Amino acid sequence: MNWSEFFAMKGYALYVWGSYGMALLVFIVEIALVRHKRKITLQQLRLMRDAGVEE
Amino acid sequence: MLAINWFKYSAPTTFYGLAGRLVPWFAGASVILFVAGLYIGFFVAPTDAVQSEAYRIMFIHVPASILSMFIYLVMAGYAALGLIFNTRLSSMMATALAPTGALFTFIALWSGALWGKPMWGAWWVWDARLTSELILLFLYLGFISLHASIDDPRRADRAAALLAIVGSVNVPIIYFSVKWWNTLHQGATIKFSGTSMHVAMQQALFTMLLACWAYAVAMALLRVRSIILERERTTQWVQDLPEVRS
Repeated sequence: MNWSEFFAMKGYALYVWGSYGMALLVFIVEIALVRHKRKITLQQLRLMRDAGVEE
Repeated sequence: MLAINWFKYSAPTTFYGLAGRLVPWFAGASVILFVAGLYIGFFVAPTDAVQSEAYRIMFIHVPASILSMFIYLVMAGYAALGLIFNTRLSSMMATALAPTGALFTFIALWSGALWGKPMWGAWWVWDARLTSELILLFLYLGFISLHASIDDPRRADRAAALLAIVGSVNVPIIYFSVKWWNTLHQGATIKFSGTSMHVAMQQALFTMLLACWAYAVAMALLRVRSIILERERTTQWVQDLPEVRS
């Protein structure tokens, strides 16, 4: 398996890896944002509950 | 049939738990399917006679495009259910699906541009399919923005639902554009009558399609859980959740 030939994609490397690379980036960012949103939401719920208890 | 409570999971309380249990299955499935699909697409499928290695973009471009349209219809469907039956969870699902749909639309447009440049000589043309897919992205962004801009959640749900439903007309336009108009984008290679595509290419395409679908389901379920927590924050069951108490 000639890897440098594989990555070259017969000259189309920019287009092929540019497509898959962007898709991977989008997936990583989306997963990170969804996880972050959950974390923030839980934090806010705890703050709400704590604020209620202090009364 | 009659003894089953069909509406058990239409309540945010029960669906929250179900969604949480389903996410790992869909996430795991998508990882396996992506690995398999990419393997077949890059190491089993042969070089194309006309497009050389550039055609391999197809294995992300086509699934992303299909998902962009499919997710929109599912989103509009949930939005319509929320509007007709006044069910909060349906509207929450629509809201949960929108960002994933928008991102798949972006991936479709981006990979399409990168495929178009070497093949057609152009990053972009204003042909029917490309233009209507771009409009789909605007519809998704419009849905998200409209919903976010209205303070009252139920009013936001209803307004955004109208946008989603009316925008649905764009999906058949995208799909049939290559048949109805003279487009630069190629026509259907896979028809109900069959296809001339090499079998390994078909397998890679189908596997990647399933991978993207499983990923989309996992993302939507994950996102809707946060939406449920936020919108049901004043309820006792949310306050009692272990992840909130800790």
